[in-house]
Amino acid sequence: MGVDQSVKTVSADSINSFHLNEKKRIKVKPFNKASLIIQLTIISLVLVTIYTFISFDYSDINLFEGIISTFQNVKIMFLEPHFKHFSFVTALYQVMITLGLAFLTTLFGALIALFLGFFAARNLSSKPVSAAIKGFVAVIRSVPTVLWVLIFAVAAGLGSVAAVIGMTFHTVGYLIKAYSESFEELDEGVIEALKASGANWWQIIFQAVIPSSMTYIISWTFLRFEVNFAVAVAMGAAAGAGGIGFDMFMASGFYFDLREVGVITYFVLAFAIALELIATKVKTNLKTSA
Amino acid sequence: MQADVFVKKRWNSFIFLLILLVVTFVSIVITEFNMAKGLASLPKALQWGFTNFYPDEMALTKLPDILNKLRETVLISVAATTVGAIFAFLFALFGSRTTKVNGVLSKVSRGIATIFRNIDISAWSMILLFSFGQSALTGYFALFFGSFGFLTRAFIETIDEVSSSSVEALQATGAGYFSIIFQSVIPSGIPQMISWILFMIETNIRSATLVGILTGTGIGFAFDLYYKSLNYHTASLVVIVIVITILTIEYISNYVRRVIL
Amino acid sequence: MTTLLQLNHVSKHYGNDTKALSDVNFSVKEGEFVSIIGPSGAGKSTLLRCINRMVDANSGEIIFDNVDIAGLGKKDLKKARTKIGMIFQHYNLVNRLSVIENVLHGRLGFKSTLAGALGLYTEEEKRQALQILGVLGLQEQIYKRSDQLSGGQKQRVGIARALIQNPKMLLCDEPIASLDPNASKIIMDHLKNISASMGITVLVNLHQVEVALKYSDRIIGVNKGSLIFDGPPNEITAEIIEAIYGSEAGDLMFDLGGQYAG
Repeated sequence: MGVDQSVKTVSADSINSFHLNEKKRIKVKPFNKASLIIQLTIISLVLVTIYTFISFDYSDINLFEGIISTFQNVKIMFLEPHFKHFSFVTALYQVMITLGLAFLTTLFGALIALFLGFFAARNLSSKPVSAAIKGFVAVIRSVPTVLWVLIFAVAAGLGSVAAVIGMTFHTVGYLIKAYSESFEELDEGVIEALKASGANWWQIIFQAVIPSSMTYIISWTFLRFEVNFAVAVAMGAAAGAGGIGFDMFMASGFYFDLREVGVITYFVLAFAIALELIATKVKTNLKTSA
Repeated sequence: MQADVFVKKRWNSFIFLLILLVVTFVSIVITEFNMAKGLASLPKALQWGFTNFYPDEMALTKLPDILNKLRETVLISVAATTVGAIFAFLFALFGSRTTKVNGVLSKVSRGIATIFRNIDISAWSMILLFSFGQSALTGYFALFFGSFGFLTRAFIETIDEVSSSSVEALQATGAGYFSIIFQSVIPSGIPQMISWILFMIETNIRSATLVGILTGTGIGFAFDLYYKSLNYHTASLVVIVIVITILTIEYISNYVRRVIL
Repeated sequence: MTTLLQLNHVSKHYGNDTKALSDVNFSVKEGEFVSIIGPSGAGKSTLLRCINRMVDANSGEIIFDNVDIAGLGKKDLKKARTKIGMIFQHYNLVNRLSVIENVLHGRLGFKSTLAGALGLYTEEEKRQALQILGVLGLQEQIYKRSDQLSGGQKQRVGIARALIQNPKMLLCDEPIASLDPNASKIIMDHLKNISASMGITVLVNLHQVEVALKYSDRIIGVNKGSLIFDGPPNEITAEIIEAIYGSEAGDLMFDLGGQYAG
């Protein structure tokens, strides 16, 4: 008692000892690698941005006019929305289709990712298997969803089948990363204790791993559902997946009807915000109950 | 007692599974998703991929053109993210519980960010098509709006999580608002914020592909062009180029994160 | 000794019915070492934060150095806060910055917006920072990042940040609640030393009765937002402890306290 342990363990390698009567300016910011990398990152981002603006091809467009007309367009969209090519009920039905696509994708993705996630987690699997899955998944993730959908559309034809399978690819890639990282945060002791009691691998998975990472699994899955809703809208527009995205694409690209785009945007916005609110609720509930 | 807990637990899981099944069924019906066709198309797609979806010599001659489009896409993604981050930081300062100036302003800036975040980038690009037409600026603004909305939320969470305690300490010393921002909020939150920015750049390059398809610019347009003209060999080269780019950027981001976090 | 701080009828409630403080009155003299004890949730932390208005009291006067803090505008409040140092349970340092930068943060209240934002400190201020760090035994840690320090060291940085303000008073909110006994003793010794040798008033929230008994000139007992006791440590009895902490707990804690204090 009463021994100053923190003083005892003073590091001897500190060369920055100071002298009070030294006349030299006293340095305040010591050098460290992290700060250097942060500064370099910021500088490169800024330089690339400036270069981008300089190298933009402004010849066909007037930036100023464009911005003004954007404001006007947004005003028309949101303040004077109307239905023309479809009704409120059809719009609602189309949103449901988009939600359905998002749901199926998330469900299939979660099931596959959960299974593969165990093998991708370093502490539950062997090193080479984990590295192989993670590497493979990184490649899958790096292909934009829209390309997955379009590639599958060649074999399956444009439509919900290609959309769901294509979107599932990216979802699997995303969720395997999220799940396996949650599993890796699991306390080694828990696994060790069950191993010591003679439990086999699957028993450990079901009795320890799943229950203790359940909150992470749910919150990541729901987050992905939220993302998939947006993706499903986009796939409707860009890859013929149907749903509200397709209507938006038609209103914008074929009928050039700003007001109808406005209506659709309201629909998408309402559902997206609702999903975000639910996701936040789920997250805080899980946090407090955990 | 003990048994009750287990029974209740089992019931809960049962009801959860039931709901899941019903929703799945409804979704399958409503989207006209065909399970059998889906499963059957997988091997078909695989077979098609191996026989058609690889770059041939002809495709390689298009590489300079593809790289040029890629350059455009990467530049736009980085610029949109950077400018978005600057705006997001300002809005996050106003929106965060820790650094808000007043309650009304906080609600307003959070609200604006929520709207921008929840209108998907694809929707933004279709809206912006009206003003900027098929130009790189359409894509730039679409990505900028999306990044701004997402990063504002991420930055607000970062400030509230990482900086709130040191902000409290500086407020107690009587420090002014700007001193607190520059001496506490920025130094403590910057690693996380950069991590979010890097994440956003990765996401934006992927989204830029989609935006490109919709607006006829960048690498997305290149893919769409070859895809629609059934030139799958060249289209596959575009995919490979995108994959390499994104993996490279992911590698750099991971390195930066490892050092700074 | 003159009175430095005087609280008159200070009340604070959150929402409509959660009362955090009800009609608190007490005064503190210059150079006094006063501990505030009470169970967790008693309002100790709120009480401390009302003094420098990190939390705004709903009613009452807080006279510090002959000025009513409760009535000050933004600018004057900042000026008043420079005279009051604060120390936190979780140290509240900017983890990524060096020790000396964290200490110099205590000077920000004296700076113009630009100098503060850019972190421009005079050589005199830096020398003072080094001197204070020397007194607190941190001369070897000056350029370390503060997240590389132990808890006890972090808290000493927190004390240094408060001292460089040249404060008249230190508010310490559970300064040792996250520390082991050895580090706690060092921190409490430093605080006692600051009060005794520099004449700085120290007001410290504690939940360890025995520590309060050992170090304080005076003890204030709080329960459910009300003052239960205000007097020197030798007037504390088992009954008073029981009144502050609730039944049964009194005997237990007092016995424990007796052991440690002896």
